[in-house]
Amino acid sequence: MMLFHLSWSEIAQHVVNGITLGSIYALIALGYTMVYGILKFINFAHGEILMMGAYAGYFFYLGLNGDTLHPYSLFLFLVAMVGAMGVSALLGVTVEKLAYKPLRQAPRLAPLLSAIGVSIILSNLAAFLFGTKSKRLDYPFANETILLGTVAITPHQILIVISALVLMVTLKVFVDYTRLGKAMRATSQNMTVAKLMGIDTDFIISLTFAIGSALAAAAGMLVALEIKIYPTMGTLAGLKAFVAAVFGGIGNITGAMIGGVLLGVIETFGVAVLGIPQGLRDTVAFTILILILLFRPSGLLGKKEREKV
Amino acid sequence: MLNFLFLLIIYMEIYAILALSLNLIAGYTGLLSLCHAAFFAIGAYTTAIGTTIGGWNFWLVLGLSGIFAAMLGFLVGLPTLRLKGDYLAIATLGFGEVVKNVIINWDSLTRGPNGINGVPGPVLFGIQFGYDTSVGYVILYALFVVVTFLFIRRLVHSRFGRALEAIREDEVVVGAMGINAVKYKVVAFMIGAFFAGIAGSLWAVYNQSVAPQTFDFMLSVLILCMVVLGGLGNSLGALFGTMVLVLLSEAPRLTGLTSVIPAQFNQIFFGLLLIVVMIFRPQGVLGRKRISYENEVAKILERRSL
Repeated sequence: MMLFHLSWSEIAQHVVNGITLGSIYALIALGYTMVYGILKFINFAHGEILMMGAYAGYFFYLGLNGDTLHPYSLFLFLVAMVGAMGVSALLGVTVEKLAYKPLRQAPRLAPLLSAIGVSIILSNLAAFLFGTKSKRLDYPFANETILLGTVAITPHQILIVISALVLMVTLKVFVDYTRLGKAMRATSQNMTVAKLMGIDTDFIISLTFAIGSALAAAAGMLVALEIKIYPTMGTLAGLKAFVAAVFGGIGNITGAMIGGVLLGVIETFGVAVLGIPQGLRDTVAFTILILILLFRPSGLLGKKEREKV
Repeated sequence: MLNFLFLLIIYMEIYAILALSLNLIAGYTGLLSLCHAAFFAIGAYTTAIGTTIGGWNFWLVLGLSGIFAAMLGFLVGLPTLRLKGDYLAIATLGFGEVVKNVIINWDSLTRGPNGINGVPGPVLFGIQFGYDTSVGYVILYALFVVVTFLFIRRLVHSRFGRALEAIREDEVVVGAMGINAVKYKVVAFMIGAFFAGIAGSLWAVYNQSVAPQTFDFMLSVLILCMVVLGGLGNSLGALFGTMVLVLLSEAPRLTGLTSVIPAQFNQIFFGLLLIVVMIFRPQGVLGRKRISYENEVAKILERRSL
C-alpha cells in the first residue's frame, strides 16, 4: 500500500514530524484565538512576543546552564522556559496597556495598525539589542535519535510534543474548570453583561494577554530547538499560527489546538507528497488560509456568525 | 548633494504613486490591503524582464506592467475581497509573501535572490535616460504623479467613487441599495494594483535593476504608514505622508549621521509613529472630508439662496 510514492514508514515519519511542527503552531495559535475571542482583534505583534520570549529563554538557559551539558540540563531548560514565559507575559500585558487599551473604542482598523507598529518596534529592538546574527539554543540533552521500528524520533521532538501537550491541557483545565476561566469565557461571550455581573473585564483582558504571551514564549523556546533564534523569527511563525487559529475556528481554544496540529501535518505532507520545493513551503499554509476563508470562514469548530444589521 | 536631492525627489514621486493608489484601496474603499508591495514587484519585474530579455519598448513594458499587476489584483481580489477587515489584511499579507516566495524561487525567469541587473533606461523624445539625467526623471515622474492624482480625484468624485465610499461606511446598506459591493471592491483593487504596477515599472527603470528583497512586507507597511499618517481617504494626505516618511527614512543619510544612528532606530520610529498617530489622531494629520447629509443639504441651500 502506497500513498503516491511514499511507503508506510515514510508516512509515519512525516506524521511524527508534522505533529511536532503542529504542536508548536497550536501553542502559538492559542494566543491569537484567546485574544480574538475576547477583543475581536488580531494581535499582529504575537509573533514578536514569541521572538522576545525565545531570546529571554535563551539568555536564562545560557545563564543557568552555561555551555556544557549537565545531567540536570533538562531541568534548567524547563526553569528557563518558565522564566521566559514570565518575561513574555509581562511584555504582553505592557503592550496591551500601552498600545491596545487606548484604542478599545476606536474603529477596528486602529488597533490592527497599532499592533503592526508594535511588531515593527519589537523586532527592530531585538535586532538592536541582540544583533541580527542568529543564536543557537543548545539541546538540554544528548541528541541521539531514537528508532521506533523504522521511524526516527529525536529527543527534542519528544520534548516539544510533551511540553506543548502539558501546557495545552493545563490551559484547557484552567479555562473550563476554574472561576477565572469561567470569567474569561463570560467576558468573551458578552463583555457588557460580564461587567454587569461584577467581572473585572480589564483584568480578564490583561490575564488573557499574559497567558497567550506566556504560551508564545514557551513555543518560542521550542521553535528554537528546531530552528535558530533571530529578530524576525516570529513573523512567519506567527502568521502560520494565525492560519492554524482560523483553520480550527478563531475564538475556539480546542479548535486552535486541532488546527495547529493539522496544519503542521498538512504542511509536512505538502512538501513530501506533492513535491513542493522547500522554498515554497510557506505557500502551503497561505493557500490553506485562503481556501478556508472562502469555503468555511468559521473554521472547523467555529460557530457560524450571522451579521446583524 | 544635488544628485542626492534629485534621488530623494524621485523616490518621493514613486512612493507617491504607491501611496495614492493604496489610498484608493484602503482609504476610500476601506479595504486594508497588505500586499501593495506585491503589485509593485510585479510591475518592476515585468519591466525588468520585458526590457532585458524581450528588448521591448519602454511604453509597451510600462503598459504591460500596469496590466499584469491589475490582472493579479483581480486574481487576488476575487477570492479575498469577500472577507472583511482583519481577515482581508491577513489574506493579502499571506498573498504578498507568496508572490515574494515565487519570485525568489523562479530562478529561470527572475534570477532568484540575485535579482535582475542592467535594465536599460528609456529613450524618450530622443533623450537616453540614465544615471546622468536625474532632472529628466524628476520631470517625467512628476507627470506620472500628476496623472495618478488627477485620475484618482476624478474617480472618487464620480458615481463609482461614491459607491466605494459607501462600501467603506456600510456594506450591508450598500447591498440593500442594489450595488454589488464585491464587484466594486474588485475593480477598485484592480485600479490600485494597476498604478502600483506602473510605479514598479518606474522603479525598475530608474534603478536599472530589481531585487526581491525590496518588495517585502515592510514595504507594504511603509506605504500604509504614508497613507495613514496623511489621513486615510485623502489624496493630499497621502502625498503629505509620502513626503514626511521618505524624508524621515532618508534622514540619517541626509544629515550624514548613518554611523551614529543605528539602522533599526528608523524602523522603531516608524512603529512608534504608527501607534502614536492611531492613539492621538486616528484620522491622520490631514484627516478626511466626509460626505455627510448635513454638508450636502447646506450646499444645496446655499445654491438656492443665490
